[in-house]
Amino acid sequence: MDLENILTPDAILAMAGRDFATAATLPQLEQAKARFLGKNGLITAQMKLLGGMAPDQRKAAGAGINRAKEALEDLLRERRETIQAGELARQLAAESLDVTLPGRGAGIGGAHPVSLAMKRIEKLFASVGFDVADGPEIETDFYNFTALNIPLNHPARAMHDTFYLADGKLLRTHTSPVQVHYMQGHPPPIRIIAPGRVYRCDSDVTHTPMFHQVEGLWVDETVSFADLKGILTDFMANFFERESLPVRFRPSFFPFTEPSAEMDIGCVICDGAGCRVCSRTGWLEVLGCGMVHPNVFGHVGIDAERWQGFAFGLGVERLAMLRYGVDDLRLFFENDLRFLKQFA
Amino acid sequence: MQFSEAWLRSLVDPPLTTAELCHLVTMAGLEVESAEPVAPPFSHVVVAQILTADKHPNADRLQVCTVNVGAAEPLTIVCGAANARSGLMTACAMVGAELPNDFKIKQAKVRGVESFGMLCSAKELGLADSAVGILELPADAPVGQNLRQYLDLDDHLIALKLTPNRGDCLSLEGIAREVAAISGHPLGPGDDTPVAATLAAIQPVAIEAADACPVYCGRVIRGIDARAATPAWMVRRLTRSGLRPIHPVVDVTNYILLEMGQPMHAFDRTKVEGTIRVRRAAAGEELVLLNEATVKLTDATLVIADDRGPLALAGIMGGAASAVAADSADIFLEAAHFTPAALAGQARGYGLATDSSHRFERGVDPSLPARAMERATRLILDICGGEAGTTTVVGMGLSERPPMCFRPSRARRLLGMDIPDAEMRAIFSRLGLEVTGNEADWLVRAPSFRFDLSLEVDLIEEIARIKGYDTIPASRPRAAAAMHPFPEGGRRVDEFKTRLIDLGYQEVITYSFISAQQQESMAPGGVQIALMNPIASQMGVMRGSLLPGLLQTLRHNLNHGQERLRLFEMGRCFLGTEHDRQPLHLAALAYGSAHPEQWGEATRATDFFDLKADLESLLWPRSVQFEIGDHPAMHPGQCARLALDGRPIGWLGALHPKLAQQFALSRAPVLFELDWEGLATRELARYQGVCRFPAVRRDIAVVVEAGLPVGDILAAVRAQLPAVVAEFTLFDLYQGKGVEIGKKSLAFKMLLQDTEKTLTDLEIDAAVDRVVTFLSKRFRAVLRG
Repeated sequence: MDLENILTPDAILAMAGRDFATAATLPQLEQAKARFLGKNGLITAQMKLLGGMAPDQRKAAGAGINRAKEALEDLLRERRETIQAGELARQLAAESLDVTLPGRGAGIGGAHPVSLAMKRIEKLFASVGFDVADGPEIETDFYNFTALNIPLNHPARAMHDTFYLADGKLLRTHTSPVQVHYMQGHPPPIRIIAPGRVYRCDSDVTHTPMFHQVEGLWVDETVSFADLKGILTDFMANFFERESLPVRFRPSFFPFTEPSAEMDIGCVICDGAGCRVCSRTGWLEVLGCGMVHPNVFGHVGIDAERWQGFAFGLGVERLAMLRYGVDDLRLFFENDLRFLKQFA
Repeated sequence: MQFSEAWLRSLVDPPLTTAELCHLVTMAGLEVESAEPVAPPFSHVVVAQILTADKHPNADRLQVCTVNVGAAEPLTIVCGAANARSGLMTACAMVGAELPNDFKIKQAKVRGVESFGMLCSAKELGLADSAVGILELPADAPVGQNLRQYLDLDDHLIALKLTPNRGDCLSLEGIAREVAAISGHPLGPGDDTPVAATLAAIQPVAIEAADACPVYCGRVIRGIDARAATPAWMVRRLTRSGLRPIHPVVDVTNYILLEMGQPMHAFDRTKVEGTIRVRRAAAGEELVLLNEATVKLTDATLVIADDRGPLALAGIMGGAASAVAADSADIFLEAAHFTPAALAGQARGYGLATDSSHRFERGVDPSLPARAMERATRLILDICGGEAGTTTVVGMGLSERPPMCFRPSRARRLLGMDIPDAEMRAIFSRLGLEVTGNEADWLVRAPSFRFDLSLEVDLIEEIARIKGYDTIPASRPRAAAAMHPFPEGGRRVDEFKTRLIDLGYQEVITYSFISAQQQESMAPGGVQIALMNPIASQMGVMRGSLLPGLLQTLRHNLNHGQERLRLFEMGRCFLGTEHDRQPLHLAALAYGSAHPEQWGEATRATDFFDLKADLESLLWPRSVQFEIGDHPAMHPGQCARLALDGRPIGWLGALHPKLAQQFALSRAPVLFELDWEGLATRELARYQGVCRFPAVRRDIAVVVEAGLPVGDILAAVRAQLPAVVAEFTLFDLYQGKGVEIGKKSLAFKMLLQDTEKTLTDLEIDAAVDRVVTFLSKRFRAVLRG
């Protein structure tokens, strides 16, 4: 009789337990498994012996082998799971990173603060239905002055410090000419803002020869001075995100509006207490506005008896300075990245 | 317009503090720019006379003075000023006085001598920034009077920033009228009683430019005292308005200018020959002005001339030859009205800006000349003596202005406020406007000094102004809630900016003017749009390209320690002789390493293809065509002309080495510039079925001539692709070992797919073969083994 023939199922199980435990990897475990469950494995050999047994012996022996086989498969599964868990743990350990290392990539750029402010202004006015209009920066005398009720030699022209070209054209000194272009091409009702570059022949600590304005125009049948006050008060409160920002409107003069007003807001730097920025007055002049002058309507062929409305013009750099605490206008056009990066 | 508050209060004196008064006028549209006290606070300083001044027994530079301060006994005061002398009228700070800068006067022993006060200099009292010696007061100064009272120091200098329409407020009377109208406080009586002529002397006057001079008043005054001095009160009012005293007669004319707003001129009568003529100059006539400048006149200029030639620039400045001088005894006074149209731009044309031209350009009350003449005559006779002739008045006068139509309902509609008729009538009445007409349509007549009022809307503004802008409610306008169109096929400027920012670019805003040389380097021989009056020569022409601005920004930032930059700008450029093209451009620049310096990534320089990829991302989903191009500012071998659907949209390339050198750049940045107009649209997305059959990939590698552009190969193959080839792309380029010199190896990836079925090997091989054959025929490409 072969040695195998005398092995009991329990002895085989004990052998398998030892063999499985020494298998360190899944392939080794598979090899160990084959020694018991493979074609020539011990369990298989036992099964083969059953055929030569008497029926009553066979039943009992068969049951014993099956139990051993099941137990062996449990052992095998357990060991497989242990080995897999160990392998995963090693893989994870090997793959772990120093997550505190800086990220890699191209980095991100940023918008110019004047663009940021301009976009903010556009969005606030768009939220109450203003469209954006545009116009040329090299203008004719007609659009920049005459059509805006500023005839030749009007003292108001001297306040504009205009850049001229050889052919008599000029760089627009304000965004107001866009009003004229737009009204020529669009019958009322009109509700637009016109952001853009403007130019004045002036350069010192508080003036740059180029800056940005946003023009606004609302023409309809009943749009009134009270509405002008309402819209602009709303705008300033929202631009600066201060619900109860104090505002005041003072009579002023612009040839293309009447009544005309300067709008002041309570100083957002010192909250009206008085500081260098507001020249200790507690107020900041931020915007000029008024009701569209009937002569301007006349120049563009709009019936001033039927239509009325308001216009305003604000300086974007001024608002950007106040909003972001910039204390020198010239920084906007130096384009130093140490400055620009702060507004990303 | 600067003036003394005390002077204003002598005309109208509402019960308001200085601050309240300033707020009131500011809120009525006369913006107060500043209101400064004429002297800092100090107390117990009086007018004093030095009775004796003797050398201090113990100090060489000190004197011991006895000083009369109006008390029973004179005071002993030690003084170090060299001008302290017996008889001098000066200022004395008594014991207990508080001077500026927290300086308290106490009784003190100075080198052994008791001193009971201090004699003060103008500097010590804060009246001047520097002073030599103690204050010297006129001999008639009243001893013992409080100095603040004597010199009228409890006063403020108020400066108004007047808008050009309010020429009527360029005088104390005008401002007082305004203060009276706003505050409701009555105006004090003025003094313009006529001065009777005591002489028959008359200066003949002829107006030869009637359109320009509707009224001219002239008067001869004889025998004035050349030694007369302008009284202190007048000097004070003049200086506090920023004018220097010059000569009593000139001072009076200046005083009238400030008080009434009527510019006047005084001629030395003996220098006038024949008739005074108000006429236009003959071109080429010359005149030496009061400021000693010689001007060559044009025929648009109005002059006051005599029989020999021009004497003065009318309404602007007098001439030197006929000016009143220290020894003048006979004078001819002028008070005329010149129209704003006649003077518009004239002063500026001669490089002048005078108090007189400033007023005439904005308009002067045409009723003033006669009144001003009487007032000036009275003051001159009072100050200088002499005898006045009859006033000559010539001119056609101004026709009365028609009344303005005013509809209360329109005022309410425009202002958005319900103001009762009665209130509007009351406001007009306070402003001196007369109302007639019926209930709905009023006729309103403005007084002569409100020449700024001519339209209904002018009157509506007056209503709002006097009522107060702050009383008008702030309301939310109502509008029809129409939706705004939002074209999906349009691309907004913002979208491109955001993409570039996401790609790592920083937005910059540079000036629209650049130097002629920079413009020339972008467009050699091109038309330049030059400014007539640039701020500086390097900002002399309008830019035709955004690139110079980006390069300047690059240079600036390299100078300040940056090493790697990604910049972009969006803005208008200016092209063409007619300036009819002002296209919006978008340009970007990359310089330095391809990636920010970082661990685990080898550093390499940014090149053409980095920027090309960014450009393709920017324009995605539209695909750009790149053609070999030739741009004057770009490297001739690294420059592509860009097109979308065959339409040129811009340039991409490395900066030309010559320009890199010009900007002192150690290597060339890569840049692109696009015309926004070509980019502003995109196709609306349109769904196409997704293929359910598997795609097969086949790679082929071919060797071609090194100079053959890959773009040409890709374009040609793509145009010829068999239907089953869904994708044909380059994935490798190789030159070097194994590839013959002068050749290059290109590896292409092909994705093959059929929408109807799974492809068979046979079909796949056939398609690949067709491409290979095409490559070999068209480009003499050899399949690599």
